[in-house]
Amino acid sequence: MSLAETPLQRERAQTIFEKSKPGRRAAVLPDAEVPEAPLEELIPAKLLRREPPRLPEVAEPEIVRHYNRLSRRNFDLDSGFYPLGSCTMKHNPRLNERVAALPGHARLHPAQDPKRAQGALELMWLLQESLAEICGLPHVSLQPSAGSHGELAGLLLTRAFHGDRGEARTKVLAPDTSHGTNPASVTMAGYEIVKVATDERGGVEMDDLRAKVDGEVACLMLTNPNTLGLFDENIAEMAALLHGVGGTLYYDGANLNAVMGQSRPGDMGFDIVHVNLHKSFSQPHGGGGPGAGPIAVSERIEPYLPRPQVVRRESGNGSGPRYDLDHERPKSIGRLRGFQGNFGVFVRSYAYILSLGADGLAEASETAVLNANYLKARLAEGRAGRYLPVAFDRHCMHEFVLSGKPMKKELGLATLDLAKRLLDFGFHPPTVYFPLLVDEALMIEPTETEARESLDAFAGAIEEILAEAEEDPRKAKQAPYTTPVRRLDEVKATRRPVVRQPLG
Amino acid sequence: MLAAIGVESSAELFEQIPEPLRLNRPLALPAGMSEAEVYERMAELAARNADCEAQVCFLGAGMYDHYVPAIVDAITQRSEFLTPYTPYQPEISQGGLQAMFEFQTAMSELTGLPVSNAGLYEGPSSVASAAYLAIGATRGRRRLVVSRGVHPHSRETLATYAEGFPAEIAEVGLEGGLTDAAALAEAVDGETAAVFLQSPNFLGAIEDIEALGAAAKERGALLVVAVDPMTLGVLRPPGEQGADIALGEGQPLGNRLDFGGPSFGFFCGSEELIRKMPGRIAGETDDADGRRGFVLALQTREQHIRREKATHNICTAQALNALAATIHLAWLGREGFRELGELLVRRTAYARERLAAVAGVELLHEAPVAREFALRLEAPVDRVLERCAERGIAAGYPLGREYPEHGDGLLVAITERRTRAQIDDLADALGAAVAAERRDFLADSERKAPEGVG
Repeated sequence: MSLAETPLQRERAQTIFEKSKPGRRAAVLPDAEVPEAPLEELIPAKLLRREPPRLPEVAEPEIVRHYNRLSRRNFDLDSGFYPLGSCTMKHNPRLNERVAALPGHARLHPAQDPKRAQGALELMWLLQESLAEICGLPHVSLQPSAGSHGELAGLLLTRAFHGDRGEARTKVLAPDTSHGTNPASVTMAGYEIVKVATDERGGVEMDDLRAKVDGEVACLMLTNPNTLGLFDENIAEMAALLHGVGGTLYYDGANLNAVMGQSRPGDMGFDIVHVNLHKSFSQPHGGGGPGAGPIAVSERIEPYLPRPQVVRRESGNGSGPRYDLDHERPKSIGRLRGFQGNFGVFVRSYAYILSLGADGLAEASETAVLNANYLKARLAEGRAGRYLPVAFDRHCMHEFVLSGKPMKKELGLATLDLAKRLLDFGFHPPTVYFPLLVDEALMIEPTETEARESLDAFAGAIEEILAEAEEDPRKAKQAPYTTPVRRLDEVKATRRPVVRQPLG
Repeated sequence: MLAAIGVESSAELFEQIPEPLRLNRPLALPAGMSEAEVYERMAELAARNADCEAQVCFLGAGMYDHYVPAIVDAITQRSEFLTPYTPYQPEISQGGLQAMFEFQTAMSELTGLPVSNAGLYEGPSSVASAAYLAIGATRGRRRLVVSRGVHPHSRETLATYAEGFPAEIAEVGLEGGLTDAAALAEAVDGETAAVFLQSPNFLGAIEDIEALGAAAKERGALLVVAVDPMTLGVLRPPGEQGADIALGEGQPLGNRLDFGGPSFGFFCGSEELIRKMPGRIAGETDDADGRRGFVLALQTREQHIRREKATHNICTAQALNALAATIHLAWLGREGFRELGELLVRRTAYARERLAAVAGVELLHEAPVAREFALRLEAPVDRVLERCAERGIAAGYPLGREYPEHGDGLLVAITERRTRAQIDDLADALGAAVAAERRDFLADSERKAPEGVG
């Protein structure tokens, strides 16, 4: 089944390299202003490049037009509803872009003497303090570059914590619903992952956990609410279990957007928390980065935090506090990256915290939970309720998971088909096939920045697609039709990978 | 909405959180502010930083004050690039995926290696990621040999990660600014997974990668080379010198300084390593109607599919930062990129000669350099830097903390933004500062002399 080609479909994809014509250029460089000695007199010939890299030769208008064309081949958060579960696709305030671009932030060299970067260090310190309060844990390192980096940091902190006590533990526990990064981080940190089962209410199966907690366990990694969007009410008991054997409790902060100002991981018993600034704190996702993954930790983990650490020192002479980078941390796990972290992300996130304030953050979580429950209720009606039942039928937090199992059985439509058909309706599909324990899963996170109208429109689109499939399931099975390209052959891309433009 | 859910208030929805775990008080944070107020507060903080508009900046050490063309901002601020997530739905993400493919092509051209990923967090963690790959690729060898010329942040990050892998690290020293070849050959053994070099190295010296790398080849270790991408218009690419992996900090390409991030790391490798690479990789394919399109290729390497057996835990590709680099490189183009490299080399040569002629200043090493060089000062470096700062110049990066053997060392970086006049000013400022410090020192010792004699 095919419709007439859309204008975007008629435009054949051509890379900037294919648009290159010898002699064209955009850049005009300054004069050297110094003697133009042959390069061979300055650098031995064998260390010099013979031919310059074959970068494209294009004029500026062509470059601008090329990337504007490319941009039209993207769907983005500003174009429409983006209920991608676990990713917290909330509105990105443009104020944050404006303040991040101030030269005092954007053109500040990371090796600037701390004395002359007091504004930046104060901002980092204030962000640390804010995240500590939100997480309910006293100490924060902003260094990790992303959530997965925070996870690795947390596991290395756990290793250092036990190492300091002369213990070498080998296992890390995580539920079978956990994000893929959890087990991947566990392996990188040199531990063995042990999976914990999920009970019929969607929480951690406590008997299974009890059976697996022993002196070999270094850490339990959890998200709470978990990836089913459900708050695990046994968390206090889990914390007691882990602490009872000397283990740590790690909080994957991917779902923090559900509980800001409502409940704090530190109060739940967690020792280490990572915060995805690109989720809860509105850093734009950038098509896959940048983000940042600061960690908040308890008192007993603090000595091992990465260095350098931003500190505030009271001057004592009445001239006010000074901010500094503390490199002298003898028990620190060391650096996780260059310089101080993704400062540009810190600026945006701190501006976000300032904008919302204490009440605004709590209200954001409240609305995120309200929106999720409303959409869940809407999708329990009509055909969605019949073909896409909710996996665990209770109030959810900021997201929920549906199962496409009846849809597949009765209509022959896979979750993937529904997702692809949604593209024709102008929606970004939910996260699909995750968590793994739900058949044909759809994980839906609307966030607090969606109006009721977009939730209703999404529910309406699902209803329409299911009605259409009752008549003719082939329509969805071959969708999408209106996107710049149609379904792509992913097997080919992996079997015989072409990962760069060949140049003649 | 509450009626549709069947609750009286949204508070009911939070009842699934056990009462003792509910916060039940406002967060101890200030109240929200208007947009105008937030702007003023942030501007006030920004004003207390000496940025590269307030000071003439000769700081480098891996991040450089290059000119980022206006089109980079214009394009990367477009909603369509700024606000989407990772391209899991390729049909509506062709712009981002094609941009990744173009980025990979550009980085592959720069490094002379056939495969590039779509980007990692930043430079130093990319070095650590190469170690993780090397341990897997050499079937469990766990020794890493690292030149002291590799960025100290990279070496520290590697050491942090190596606690987890686990792996042991052997460091090889420098001689005359360059990696000690004999010591390197001795350090590499049959258990060595990888040898890590950097060129230009942290002291600015251009290493002979081919010669040094022979030791790695003989013992079957991977040769990993960190490079400054901005020098690759003029310096021989690592891929031509036997590198198995070339990687580095991407900031010089199209990314602002941002006090250290976000930027991106690039990671290129040989054909054989493609299925072991960390991070996202965009690949070309066809759609159902035969149109050319792009997808995330080889996802079975990645954490969301492979979980504990993944090649890495990373999810980000620093896609927006990588896009900025791609646009910058297209703007420079084949000729412009080479010209910029030549400009850096020539201005650096001028600056090096000019500064080395200043009384009380000499070269720390005489090895060839591209865009950064190391000096030795006959006066306390921190005091000299303070005097220069008072004249509005960030004179360079003090080497003492990370190279105690060079407590008198100063690293000076040049970009196309540093004019000849600014370099001359730096020479004057350095000369005056060193002279003043020596005068103070002499005066001090004269005052103290009677005590010493008495």
